[in-house]
Amino acid sequence: MNLYGVRAIYNFEMARMKRTVMQSVLAPVISTCLYFVVFGSAIGSRMGDIDSISYGAYIIPGLVMLSLLMQSISNASFGIYMPKFSGTIYEVLSAPVSYVEVVLGYVGAAATKSVILGLIILATARVFVDYSVLHPVWMVSFLVLTAVTFSLFGFIIGIWADGFEKLQIVPMMIVTPLVFLGGTFYSIDMLPEIWQTISLFNPVVYLISGFRWAFYGVSDVHVGISVGMTLVFMLACMVSIWWIFKTGYRLRS
Amino acid sequence: MQPDISVKNLSKVYEDGFQALKGVNLEINRGEIFALLGPNGAGKTTLISIICGIVNLSNGSVTAAGFDIRKQYRKAREAIGLVPQELNTDSFETVWNAVSFSRGLFGKSPNPAHIEKVLKDLSLWEKRNNRIMSLSGGMKRRVMIAKALSHEPQILFLDEPTAGVDVELRRDMWEMVRKLRENGTTIILTTHYIEEAEEMADRIGVIRHGEIILVEEKDRLMSKLGKKELRLQLQSRLEQLPGELTLEPIELSEDGYELIYTFDSQQQQAGVARLLRTLGDLGIEYRDLQTRESSLEEIFVGLVHE
Repeated sequence: MNLYGVRAIYNFEMARMKRTVMQSVLAPVISTCLYFVVFGSAIGSRMGDIDSISYGAYIIPGLVMLSLLMQSISNASFGIYMPKFSGTIYEVLSAPVSYVEVVLGYVGAAATKSVILGLIILATARVFVDYSVLHPVWMVSFLVLTAVTFSLFGFIIGIWADGFEKLQIVPMMIVTPLVFLGGTFYSIDMLPEIWQTISLFNPVVYLISGFRWAFYGVSDVHVGISVGMTLVFMLACMVSIWWIFKTGYRLRS
Repeated sequence: MQPDISVKNLSKVYEDGFQALKGVNLEINRGEIFALLGPNGAGKTTLISIICGIVNLSNGSVTAAGFDIRKQYRKAREAIGLVPQELNTDSFETVWNAVSFSRGLFGKSPNPAHIEKVLKDLSLWEKRNNRIMSLSGGMKRRVMIAKALSHEPQILFLDEPTAGVDVELRRDMWEMVRKLRENGTTIILTTHYIEEAEEMADRIGVIRHGEIILVEEKDRLMSKLGKKELRLQLQSRLEQLPGELTLEPIELSEDGYELIYTFDSQQQQAGVARLLRTLGDLGIEYRDLQTRESSLEEIFVGLVHE
């Protein structure tokens, strides 16, 4: 295994995060803080508890998940798209690295950045809302599992995209609505029955539900199903990436 | 001795159906400078890209440093350094970081001393902490070369390395390439500047429409396909070419004051002596004469337009 190669890609991507700390870290932290201020402190104080949890605390897992998904996709897709855009991808393609090593480098860095960001947001949330974590190991596990899975997804988007517009389409037009409709701000039990059923087709419901269970021990769906659905999505991403490298789709002509 | 690069029956058909390479066979020896010449779209970059692993081949096989580029791709790629045609650099990175990144990517442990040497050899040491975006085009080209040399490759591909660089830098690069060859590096060069190939190459390959049409040692190529030209400035004007000279490949200039005699380099002087004798017999006097050999560029143009 070319560990030096993996490390080179990983460090290169982490260096990009340091160079763009305003965009990579501060911007998502500030926007999430605004959610906490508006929905957690201002409106939340006038809302009733959900499952015996204050509304401000209830939305924390969903909001962390929102940032985690968006940043995982964004970091990984930009990470692989930029070399394609600038032409420096030639170096990765001509290097003695396997596709597993390429993915480890890019996805590993994107997931690391997202986990760091998720932890920063969690720490920041403490300033606005009082909350506790019932299952800290599970919480971190969900954080890492989601970051890796959606970084894999972002990697696929980065390879698929042939312009900056496409790079933004999936996070903005698909992921954001799925997160907002996935139980970030409410329990799906609060929806009419037909919408509850429809919500179960939203994969983000399982992520937020599982993550919320790690915090408060309450969930919309069983935690085992949440883990299973996340693993299924991860597997689907891995198979897609394997196919991309096997065929050279949008990488090697 | 086993060749450093061996290409057998290599074909490439792109998805749109364009056949870029048609059964290319080529062997490049260890430690030589091989210039690959061809007009735009001839298949030079496709050939290089396949050997380096950037483009998939359709048919045939390629080995680099004795390793199959598909089955033993790690070993093959470790041996290769590539300087692509385009100035594709990580604009926001510093020179040092970009070059160190390349070394790691190619599986080599960090070696600051080697990076320092490469940067100094390429006059980049003073710029090591500068972002690449702040460098001139010529300096960026040097960074590309430094990146390709960072992992100490056995084989170096230079795809149009001096395109758009000034004369001084071009001379520097030629010098660097010679030094690399002295150290045993095999160098494959594509260029539009035929003088560059003429100046540096040991062997020349010419590719046209995806086929290698000629591979020859440069000196032999020059003597085999080169032409010589003898120009005689006459004392007095000739109205027309005398009948005794019409059998020779001689032209009379439009103003009638110059005779131009063209002959093969290998044919040597027999024709010249005969011509001068004939001129003496005819009483045609000349005040000056010059000879010149055709350049590689003229040979190349002749080959690709055949």
